[in-house]
Amino acid sequence: MADVETQRDAVLDALDNVAARLAEEKGYLTDLDSAIGDADHGANMQRGFGEAAEKREAFAEMDPDEVVKNVGTTLISNVGGASGPLYGGSIMFASQELEDGITAETSVAFAEAYLDKVKDRGGAEVGSKTMVDALVPAVHTYKKSIEQDDLPPLTALAKAVDAAERGVEFTVPLKALKGRSSFLDWRSVGHQDPGATSTLFILEELLATAEEYLDGAIDRDAHAGDAARRDE
Amino acid sequence: MKKLINEPSAVVDEMLDGMVAAHPVRRLDGTNVLVRDDVPVDGKVAVVSGGGSGHEPTHAGYLGEGMLDGAAAGEVFTSPTADQLDEMIQATDAGEGVLCVVKNYEGDVMNFDTAAEMASMEGIDVEQAVVNDDVAVEDSLYTSGRRGVAGTIFVHKCAGAKAAEGADLAEVKEVAEKVIDNVRTMGMALTSCVTPEKGEPTFDLGEDEIELGIGIHGEPGTERADMMSADEITEHLTENVLSDLDLDEGEEVVTLVNGMGGTPLSELYIVNRKLQSILDDRGIETWDAWVGDYMTSLDMMGCSVSVLRVDDELKELLGAPAETPALTVAE
Repeated sequence: MADVETQRDAVLDALDNVAARLAEEKGYLTDLDSAIGDADHGANMQRGFGEAAEKREAFAEMDPDEVVKNVGTTLISNVGGASGPLYGGSIMFASQELEDGITAETSVAFAEAYLDKVKDRGGAEVGSKTMVDALVPAVHTYKKSIEQDDLPPLTALAKAVDAAERGVEFTVPLKALKGRSSFLDWRSVGHQDPGATSTLFILEELLATAEEYLDGAIDRDAHAGDAARRDE
Repeated sequence: MKKLINEPSAVVDEMLDGMVAAHPVRRLDGTNVLVRDDVPVDGKVAVVSGGGSGHEPTHAGYLGEGMLDGAAAGEVFTSPTADQLDEMIQATDAGEGVLCVVKNYEGDVMNFDTAAEMASMEGIDVEQAVVNDDVAVEDSLYTSGRRGVAGTIFVHKCAGAKAAEGADLAEVKEVAEKVIDNVRTMGMALTSCVTPEKGEPTFDLGEDEIELGIGIHGEPGTERADMMSADEITEHLTENVLSDLDLDEGEEVVTLVNGMGGTPLSELYIVNRKLQSILDDRGIETWDAWVGDYMTSLDMMGCSVSVLRVDDELKELLGAPAETPALTVAE
């Protein structure tokens, strides 16, 4: 991507978009969480990203990686519970990968570092009915699309969002093995995981922001099967 | 439910101000962190801890010479946030590193992990010791693995004493882990507790029922039983603890009969009487016996029994001087 100012603007716009989306979905996420958790995921995520978006002016002079790091620390102090460290701490840690700016290469490193930290901290794997179920397919798809298939980042991100969406659907029939909902045992079956869902929303807003900043339309051939979702 | 509070949401804030007014501790600006008045202590590894409020005197009651340098208070039964833990680590580090004593609850572990990472990014050496002494559960509502409960006090004492001796961070951590490897606890409740925000009991317990295998958050135990005598309850708790600790005849232990906040000391001594006779029957020697409210669950009635296997090193550290609001060991 272009110069530091443009990268920073992109990060700040992404933050605004994510905050707005989570505010919009607050009730929906809380409904998902009240079925299998303690009914605070929507409010917590909205509060955390809302606080971060409020800091737009304070972030105006920072390098993009510093902005990302500060978004992480803001989430840590405002989201609370286990989601604060999982989302905020992992973003903060992964921000180190963006020290040389945001490129296809560093964004893959960022995504992988974020995923590793979430798995390490939460102890969840695919199939545990957590945010990891959306993240793993998304990150793997993104990495493969860029490194092996040599697709442009925008297309790679669109494919990753698709993969995350399938991951979210995949959580519905699972029995929770981690987090608060694991206490419900078989009663958690049939409910969509709120953490996987908020992760998908964040990725969708990253894609929407990237579409504004990255040149060229998404390569529809490389992105087969995505049209239906994007026309919703 | 009657409580001696103003606003439920102000309980932690007002409690901390009251502690500052009573003891030689200060509060870090804009946080719920209390530290020893004199931190950072030159040339000494800092030992810090923290967790939800409602377990008083844990944690700030153990601030002082020979024990903790910092204690972070979360909201009632809620982990402190990572940024507050990070501020505590930064404020107590004297350049020798910081050991965080963490009870094994998911929120606490994740927030301490994150705080350790934040402090490490600032160049501070941070290590953690995760306490998991509860024999009642492998996994619970709040944990993967066993919970950290009253045995944590022994970790504070021994790690604090080791740090006071001038040991380095690796040595302090090693002692903390030695205590964790050798301490086991099991608790029970006669009643639920009442959190300030909720204002009513967390779980319902009949007049003639008790909960066995509770943690320290008023969460239900692993087993509900009919009311028993103090001796029968003590036997149940002690047998579970001892069978897990696997003590041989002739080994030495330190015991802790811990009150949950609502039980009179007289009853804790009755439990201790039976505990000591069980140990005696098995040929296990008690080097020291602690009895009192060390780690509570608000106003819950009940107790826990902890047994720590000791060797010469741990005996020396447990007997080393300490001067804190809740625990004093004279020279």
